[in-house]
Amino acid sequence: MDRRNFLKAIALSGATLTTIKDAEAMSILTQSFQTTQAAKYDLVAVMGGEPEVMFRKAITEMGGMKNFINKGDKVCVKPNIGWDQPPEMGADTNPKLVAEIIKQCFDAGAREVVVFDHPCDEWRRCYTNSGIEAAAKAAGAKVVPAHQESYYKEVSVPKGKNLKSAKIHEAIVDSDKWINVPCLKNHGGAQLTISMKNYMGIVWDRRYFHANDLQQCIADICTYEKRPVLNVVDAYRIMKTNGPRGKSPSDVVLAKGLFISQDIVAVDTAAANFFNQVREMPIEKVKHIANAQALGLGTMNLDSLKIKRIKI
Amino acid sequence: MLKKIRVIVSLVLVSLITLYFLDFRGFLPQRFSFPAEIQFIPAVLALNVGIIVALVMLTLIFGRIYCSSVCPMGIYQDVVAWLSKKFTKKKRYTYSKAKTVLRWSVLAAVGITFLFGFTFLLGLLDPYGAYGRMVTHLFRPAYLAGNNVLEAIFTSFGNYTFYKVAIYGLGVFSTIIALVTLLGIGLLAWRNGRTYCNTLCPVGTVLGFLSRFSFFKIQLEDDKCNSCGLCTMKCKASCLDAKNKKVDYSRCVTCFNCIESCNRDAIKYAPVLPRRKRIVDPMPAYSYDKPSKSVDSSKRRFLSATVLTAIAAGNLIAQETAGKLLPKKELKRQTPIAPPGAIDFDHLREKCISCHLCVSKCPSHVIKPAFLEYGLGGMMQPLLYFDHGFCNYDCTICGDVCPTGALKPLTVEEKRQTQMGQVHFILENCIVYYDETSCGACSEHCPTQAVSMVPYKGALTIPHIEPSICVGCGGCESICPAIPYKAIFVEGLETQNRIEIKEEKAEEIEIEDFGF
Repeated sequence: MDRRNFLKAIALSGATLTTIKDAEAMSILTQSFQTTQAAKYDLVAVMGGEPEVMFRKAITEMGGMKNFINKGDKVCVKPNIGWDQPPEMGADTNPKLVAEIIKQCFDAGAREVVVFDHPCDEWRRCYTNSGIEAAAKAAGAKVVPAHQESYYKEVSVPKGKNLKSAKIHEAIVDSDKWINVPCLKNHGGAQLTISMKNYMGIVWDRRYFHANDLQQCIADICTYEKRPVLNVVDAYRIMKTNGPRGKSPSDVVLAKGLFISQDIVAVDTAAANFFNQVREMPIEKVKHIANAQALGLGTMNLDSLKIKRIKI
Repeated sequence: MLKKIRVIVSLVLVSLITLYFLDFRGFLPQRFSFPAEIQFIPAVLALNVGIIVALVMLTLIFGRIYCSSVCPMGIYQDVVAWLSKKFTKKKRYTYSKAKTVLRWSVLAAVGITFLFGFTFLLGLLDPYGAYGRMVTHLFRPAYLAGNNVLEAIFTSFGNYTFYKVAIYGLGVFSTIIALVTLLGIGLLAWRNGRTYCNTLCPVGTVLGFLSRFSFFKIQLEDDKCNSCGLCTMKCKASCLDAKNKKVDYSRCVTCFNCIESCNRDAIKYAPVLPRRKRIVDPMPAYSYDKPSKSVDSSKRRFLSATVLTAIAAGNLIAQETAGKLLPKKELKRQTPIAPPGAIDFDHLREKCISCHLCVSKCPSHVIKPAFLEYGLGGMMQPLLYFDHGFCNYDCTICGDVCPTGALKPLTVEEKRQTQMGQVHFILENCIVYYDETSCGACSEHCPTQAVSMVPYKGALTIPHIEPSICVGCGGCESICPAIPYKAIFVEGLETQNRIEIKEEKAEEIEIEDFGF
């Protein structure tokens, strides 16, 4: 680089920095303006729209993404990408929803958004066939692998009853904020898989969970100190039977629901009640929800919460 | 000129075939499997008439082009020989007599054992299969390690172009065989060039026989040649006798090194017209591509029964001792699980030359070479194991890449209906039974719900198996968290079955409200 180019570059970067600063100042203004205006709810439930439309409605009611993501945050979005199934099977989180959340994170000023899951099926096939890798990359996120133990870091879970420590994926451990984006479906062992069960995709050794009282370990892992800033439950398509993998399209119901809350127990209770309309599933059977309430992770008493219900 | 073309073509082909083995990310599209498919023995086993005819014609017209430019093992030897020249400055080859008896004895042994259903010897000596094992067991770990180094560098800069891959040992026996092949053939090549091709290689013997009748041949022109011997020194097949101005065409691999070496321009590669009128049978007198082959099934059964009984007896003894110490049952697979599309054990044993392309390519790391599980004749042939994962329901890669047809290519639909094994459940080992806590890991992974969770005590559910709809993928076995012994495992099937998957009708469900 000669001197002239060097000077040019300096001038240019200086100019860019100034503009960025301006933009930041402006957005801080708009953010505070938005938050003061929007009503704050504990839980928002939406029905009847496309995944991305329902999420936009819900997040607006929650006061906008800026309530949860700060400028410059390194965000991790954790969908369910457990299975080598197409989006139509509802075995994995809807890719459109994942893409919309990533977009909103960037709009809120996120510096980086990382997406991963620890799949059960062969991971390359899951990332590709779920449609999530392509959708997330198109939205500007980094999609990172999770199929090797070396991607995980040992953390302690002091508040857990059966589970005292676990290896959690570095994308979560190293993030500033993380958003939990499960899909609602039937599960042969845990009865239902929603937000709490989705935590099993951030850990390396899942066999330990199964061998040491699955329903307690699911609640235990949720006591890990870095909680998701949001739980967004995708109930657009519900796998009602043969979950979590699913056998055929007859397992799937187009329910068009979405639930969003910071309270993981409340959002799972709400989603379980929604599922109960599709197929009988008393909340007592989904034991990890009550176990989590006992650990003080949230409330199953939805009447005590401010809930916004929206039908599109 | 001819030599340059030969070198370029062979380097391109050997690079492609090696990369095709190593490429675990699927960068090379499926059509790059052709260097494996045009190999002689795979084409014979796959009954790929087009390729067999093409290779025979090629040899009858141009000589052993296959050996010089298509066969990866041949090219490997050339590379070793070329390297040896860099180290020993005055490297020279000498003319030697043909080892005719040895060649034909080896070929006869390979042919006879093959006809008796013992493909092991053919697989051991087939140059493509042997090269495949070298790549799978020796080059591939190095390639994966290189990938992991790059991954570490790129990922530390936040770039996720590379991802880590686990490097597993794939069986001591096959690795030792691969190492012995690499060193043995390598040493022969270092010293004397193409010794392997003209002694042990069954393909070399067959094509060598054909090339005696080939139309184009290397010829020494009597009037120009002064028998200086330069060409003999360059002949890595040791088949050029400059003193008597003769070439042993059964051993010449048409490398064209002699043409380049001659100062007097006395060597030409040109058509030969038969001096005397001779009736030439264009087909080889002996070929092991005989369509009808009698299989001595009683002998085979005896062999496999012996091995099986030995294994079973060992297991029984082990079980008895274990039974006294531990309350839980250890049940080990009695019958191995063949990869999808193997049809049955006999088909696999006959067709598979253990090139281990399927082992290299399986994205789930569930295929490894057998030791004695299939019996002596099935050593090194592929079987499923579930230490690192299970067979992905919709994946058909192993059958797609198999060049010999030992594993038939399956459509996704056919794969889903192929039963490789059947599930077995051991209640007393199950966590739901002895801990009375929820689990369901097995059923969770079951693609056909041959393992389903049925109501048990209270809110608990316990596995229920339906072996008739099990595909044998090993999802349940691989994930079962019960220790020390798994509560669920897959038993292999001698003959793979087709399972019927019932179509289930979708219920119409309307959801009006939130439900809370």
